[in-house]
This record gives sequence, C-alpha cells and structure tokens, in this order.
Amino acid sequence: MARKLPPVDVVLVGFGWTGAIMAQELTEAGLEVLALERGGWRDTPTHFPPTLAPDELRFYWRHEMFQDTARETLTFRNNASQTALPMRRWGSFLPGSGVGASGVHWNGQTFRFLPSDFIAASRNADRYGPLPDGMTVQDYGVTYDELEPHFDRFEKLCGIAGKAGNLRGALQAGGNPFEGRRSDEYPNPPMEMTFAQKQFGAAAAELGLKPFPAPSANMSRPYTNPLGVQLAPCTYCGFCEKYGCGNYSKAIPQTTILPVLMGKPNFTLKTHNEVLEIRRDSSGRRATGVTHVDVHGEVFEQPAGIVILCAYPLQNARLMMLSGIGRTYDPRSGEGLVGKNYCYQVVSSVDVFYEDRYTNQFVGAGALGMVIDEYNGDNFDHAGLGFIGGGYLACWTTNARPIETHRTPEGTPEWGAGWKKAVKENFLKSTSVSTHGASMAYAQNHLDLDPTYTDVYGRPLLRMTYDFTPNDRAMTAYLTDRAREIAARMGGREIKVNSREGAYDSMPYQTTHNTGGTIMGSTPQNSVVNRYLQSWDVPNLFVMGAGVFPQNAGYNPTGTVAALTYWAAEAIRSRYLRDPGPMVQA
Amino acid sequence: MDAGGAILATRRQFIHSIMLASAAIAAPAFGRTISGIPWVPGLADRPAVPDPARTFFTAAERACVRAISARLIPSDDTGPGADEADVVTFIDRQLAGFYGRGERWYMKGPFSEGTDEQGYQSESPPAGLYRKALAALDAHCRGSHDGKAFDELDAGVQDDILAAMEDGELEFEGVAAPAFFALVLENTIEGFFSDPIYGGNRDMAGWRLVGFPGARYDYRDYLDHDGKRLDIPPVGLAGRPEWKTP
Repeated sequence: MARKLPPVDVVLVGFGWTGAIMAQELTEAGLEVLALERGGWRDTPTHFPPTLAPDELRFYWRHEMFQDTARETLTFRNNASQTALPMRRWGSFLPGSGVGASGVHWNGQTFRFLPSDFIAASRNADRYGPLPDGMTVQDYGVTYDELEPHFDRFEKLCGIAGKAGNLRGALQAGGNPFEGRRSDEYPNPPMEMTFAQKQFGAAAAELGLKPFPAPSANMSRPYTNPLGVQLAPCTYCGFCEKYGCGNYSKAIPQTTILPVLMGKPNFTLKTHNEVLEIRRDSSGRRATGVTHVDVHGEVFEQPAGIVILCAYPLQNARLMMLSGIGRTYDPRSGEGLVGKNYCYQVVSSVDVFYEDRYTNQFVGAGALGMVIDEYNGDNFDHAGLGFIGGGYLACWTTNARPIETHRTPEGTPEWGAGWKKAVKENFLKSTSVSTHGASMAYAQNHLDLDPTYTDVYGRPLLRMTYDFTPNDRAMTAYLTDRAREIAARMGGREIKVNSREGAYDSMPYQTTHNTGGTIMGSTPQNSVVNRYLQSWDVPNLFVMGAGVFPQNAGYNPTGTVAALTYWAAEAIRSRYLRDPGPMVQA
Repeated sequence: MDAGGAILATRRQFIHSIMLASAAIAAPAFGRTISGIPWVPGLADRPAVPDPARTFFTAAERACVRAISARLIPSDDTGPGADEADVVTFIDRQLAGFYGRGERWYMKGPFSEGTDEQGYQSESPPAGLYRKALAALDAHCRGSHDGKAFDELDAGVQDDILAAMEDGELEFEGVAAPAFFALVLENTIEGFFSDPIYGGNRDMAGWRLVGFPGARYDYRDYLDHDGKRLDIPPVGLAGRPEWKTP
C-alpha cells in the first residue's frame, strides 16, 4: 500500500540537465518543486575530485556513472524478425544515473541545430520532392527563431566557449557561416587548439571549407554565470566524456545551477527514489502525481499539480508506456505514437597517422575541436545524392585514455606482437577526423515494451528495434568520403577509413544520443507532445529531453535539449500557470 | 548449479552483505530528502581497490590465463608485455570482485546466443565464463597436444589455438570460444592500461610503453606543443612506485 505524501506544485521525474533547468525556472516562478532521482547525490569534491576522476577502468569500463543495468536495461534487436535480447551491459550508448545524470559525464560539445533542422520534412520536400517511402521525418512544430533566446540562455548559463559565425545576420570571420542568426556572441572565447586541430583547419581551408572552433562547455577562462556560479578554466586533462570533471571546468548541473537551486526553500530533491508510474484521475486526462519507490522498497504516492518527465529519453518513453498514457506505436499498423521515430546518430571517422609529428592526445578536452559544417543539414545541395540530412566533420582531441583510445593503422592485427608494436608507435602520433551524421526517422525503427524481460521490480524492459536505414548509409558514405579528403591533406604518413557499414551494433561505443519516442509536432495525430512539450492527452504532463526530437540532426543534442527546456519552462510560466489546460488546441 | 556456481553464489551473498555495510557508511544520502548541498567532509567516494587476498583462479587457471595474456601482449624488443605488467593478477582480482560476478550486468534469463550485434549473452557472468572456458581449453589442449596444458605449449602453437578460438574454428562444449576470447582480450588490454591500483599495469609498464602520462589533470603548459613529442613520466592515482618507502 502506497503511503500518500503531501502534495507539491510540480514533480520532476529525473534530475539531470532538464530537471535542473526546469527546477530553477519553476522555483523562480514561486512554485514548490520536488525532484525525484533514482540515483544518488553527486558533487565534485566527493565523487569526482581530480585525485579520483582520472580512473579509466572505474568510470568507463566498470560503468560507475551509468545506469545500473543489473536493475534495468533495455532489450535490443535490429529488426522485427529477430528476438530482442537484453543489453546485459552498456555498449553503444551510456545513459547516466544520479544527480546530474548524463549531464555529468558529457563531453560538452554544445551546438545549436540549424534553422532547417526544425523544418526538416517541409524543407526537404520543397527542395527535393516527396520523402522516400517509410521515412517518417516531420517538422518540430517550433522554429529556430523561437528557440534562439533559449539557446542563448543556455550558452550563458554554461559559459560556452566559441566564435559566432552569424551575429544578428552579419557573417563573422572565424565562426560557422551556416549557423542560424545569433542574438549574441558566445560568452567565452574559443578553447586553445592543439597541433591536430591546426592541421585539420589548414587542410579544410585548402579545400575551400570554413573551419571554426567547436562550441565548448569546457571553460576557456574563468567564468561567472548569470546565476552567480563560478566555473574554473579547463586544464585539458582529457577526462571529460564518461567522467565527472574534478576541476569545476565543465558545465554540468552541479557547476551551473545546483549551488543556487539547492538552497531554495521551495525546492526539494529526493535521491534513490524511482518513479514507477504517472498517476491519473478517473478521466485519464489529468495527472494527479506519481508513484515512486525508495531504495528500501517503500512505495509512495506523490500528488502534484504538474508532472514533468526529465529522465533520459528512453526512460521517459518507457514511463509513458508503463503508465498507459497514449498508445504505443505499432509499425505493422502505423497506429500509436509513443515509441515512434526512435533515432540515433550515424558516426564514422578517418584516422591520420603521423611519421614524426606528435599529437600528444592526452593534452585534450571533451569539446576541444575544429569543425566544418559545409555537409550538415541542408547546407549543401542534395540533388542526386540519394539522401537528406548530413553532419558536421570535426577533428577532436578529447583524450588519450589508453584502454579506449589506441588507434592502429590499416592491416594491424587485433592482438600479439604486431598489435603491440603498432600501438606503441602510433599512440602519441595519431588523430582522427570524425563525422557526426544525422539520423532520419523510419517506420520500422521504434521503441516498445519487451514481452519477456523485466526490471528489478518485475516491470517490462523497454525494447529497441533499430537498424541503420538506406538514408543513413548513403549519408554516412558521403560524409566519410568528405572526411577522407580532409584527412588525406593533414600531413600524415597514412590514413585509415573507419566507415559505418553493416548492421547497427549495440556494443561498440558510438554516442549517447538516443532520440525520439515521445516526439513533438503540430497535431495529436502526429506527436506525443505539442510545441510546448505538453502532452496532448494529459495537459498537466510535460516531457523534456531528446525524446521529443521527431528525428535527430547532425549535431550533439544537448544544446537543443536545453533550449527546448527553457522554451517549455517559459510557456509554463507565462501561459500555463495563468490558464492551466492545453496550450495548443487540438 | 555446479560446484563452482555454488561457491560463486555463496561468495556473492557474502560480498553483498559487505557491500551493503560499506554502502551505509559511504553513502549517507541513501533514499533521503535533500535541500542545500549535502557535502560531508572526509567522505570522498574512493575506488573499490581490490583486496589482494581475494582471488578467483586456481593455480592451473592462473597459469593458463597468464600464458594467454602473454601471447596477446607479448614481451619482446618493443618493451615489456602483459607478463611484466602482471595482467593475470589484475584479471584474477577483477573476477573475484563485482565484475566477475556480473553484479552490474543484467543477468536474468532467458538466455540465447543472439546475433553479433546483441553483445554478451552468456548465461555466466565473466568469472563463470572464464571457469567454463578454461576447463574446455584445458581439455582441448591435453587431448590434442600429448596431455600438455596450454601454458606448456610452444608460443606458435598457443597463437594458433587463440586464433582458432577467436575465429570460432575451435568449439567448446557449452561455452562460446569467440565470446571467451573477446572477453580475455578486453580484460588483458584493461589490465595492461588501467591504473596500477587495480593490480595490473605494474610499474606502469603499459603507460610507459606508449607514453601515456597517467592520472594527471593539468596540461595547460603543454597546449602549444606544435607536434613535438611530450615526454611526461606517468603518475597513477596512488603516486609512483618509486615514492613508496620500504
């Protein structure tokens, strides 16, 4: 029997980036906000100080920062003819857990999606004709211009280091000429580039491309954000993604929002409390709160006026399904929307090996890179190419953590004397040009509940059915060719092309950019949430995160996830609180 | 459940009770309501450094895994290999701990082989997989090579056996040889390159071989290296071996 707790105005399910932003915004509006996080408390001096953080085995390979797969994982299959089996440990992506969640162990590569990414369906159809059969790409229902102030807010919250390419409509030398119009410059100058970025920049410029410094949430100088929270300069230690930053140099919820938020009397956080269900009244049209369970197994009923899902996208979709809100998508009938348009990221790379130059990659940072955007989104003519979308190409120097990063030239054996010699010779003398491709939605790629496997509470696991599509394959082949052209000009002895071929493999790490499943759109017939991230079915339920992306663009998602969160928070504050109910009429 | 499994289960229960006890000490925030920053002095979340007394392998298993790792990363004129780095000790301690028991892995059935894209699907957690596969490997070696164990064979013969396991040409009863090969290769590389506190990478042999400076956190002075080699001696989470007083 669940113990009923006193009601709150707002309950947040999950406490990473979107939870922290939403809590900050709604407590400012005077609401009493409770965040429920199934993982534990985490802070810099206790959990990832510089004396503990650089521990590759512990944090990456033993999954210390990630969701505990022993308690809950998901099942995976490439297509409906296969039986999905549990991902018994993480591989291709690494969902976080605990306060700050994946926002603690990200690299900090903080892009804005292109204006055309938000209107991908209409723009591509206008320019290239009808979308291919089975492609279920759609417009977001919100535009870049509407989100621009919110991108700007997040960049200032985080102290993003970068160079504007389009400042209030005027192109700026050294920035990304393809980006949407910006209202302001980045709050901090770009990071200091190393040898590899300089080689990439020179090669790209030689090809007539316009390289620009990657927007980085690793601090290029000391920074005090608008909330008065201070961040320290990045020390280029090379332990960003998969690690917490020991140096207060990476923007994460703990270094930007929590020092202010945690002291507010109208904010409460409960850790080690997992939400089991979104509760609704008898009409089914109103959420009454959530049911959650603590680490001792005690079950609680938490009444709330507004419920906001702020967990990882896969988890938000699963909680909707477990709560019976909306209809789960069935690819055979095309009916249902929850779980539809699951997308990912299609990545590849071309390695460069130098004979007598040293990249010294241990001098690195998560978002230390030079980028070109000529082949992203609709920045180039796709006529005759056989695909839509694209991605950026970049030369990152993120790390030399040796279990993970030991590149070897073409033809090197996987083990033995030949492998060892190649690793030794190339460890300090290699770099890579990576491609970061979009992922377009197709009817057959989706999420639903697994019929066989269950979590620690006996509830069905989420089931992922996913493979790369013809669009992905044509796109990544094209991007990889472009990467090869640049890599070949970077002054190396040889290159090695790591194409993305074959079936999607759930094990080798690719990116933690899982999107879709709770998509946004213009009508209840095409989406789970409206343009304000408000559930069409249950208007006092909101869903944050990359799950609302109808398809994924050729950028890292965090910047756009955060902008959408600020956008939704503003709509709740300025409109919903005055007139609770649907903010878009169906 | 076989005898090895029973031992594992008992150990698991024992360790679980120890872990719960230590978690209660190290994590006061369990299931609690937090306002303000709940930082507590002196409670750094330390790594689970393995207890050297807690091992998994039998003497014969240890000799076999030591020989395997020495072929995967051999000692030769390029420098020390897995043997000097004591990779076998790393693996032994890992298998005796939460990793070997698969405590952070989803280990509920039903089990089936699955596709290559579905990853590890063995019914056994890593320690159990080693135990079964090492028994099968031993039986194969003794049956095909005049009663000799793997570690008694010539290096060339050992390499041929490993390659046959990797390619699936060698089939073991009740355990997938390629899955075992992939795991032992992964663990060997981990043991060669992880921080020395975990028992491998002895004297930072792996880091020294490739030039990785280890657990450092500030390279700002080196940003303009401009493609010149940086020779920075490695340091680990517990310092350097030569700092230790006898």
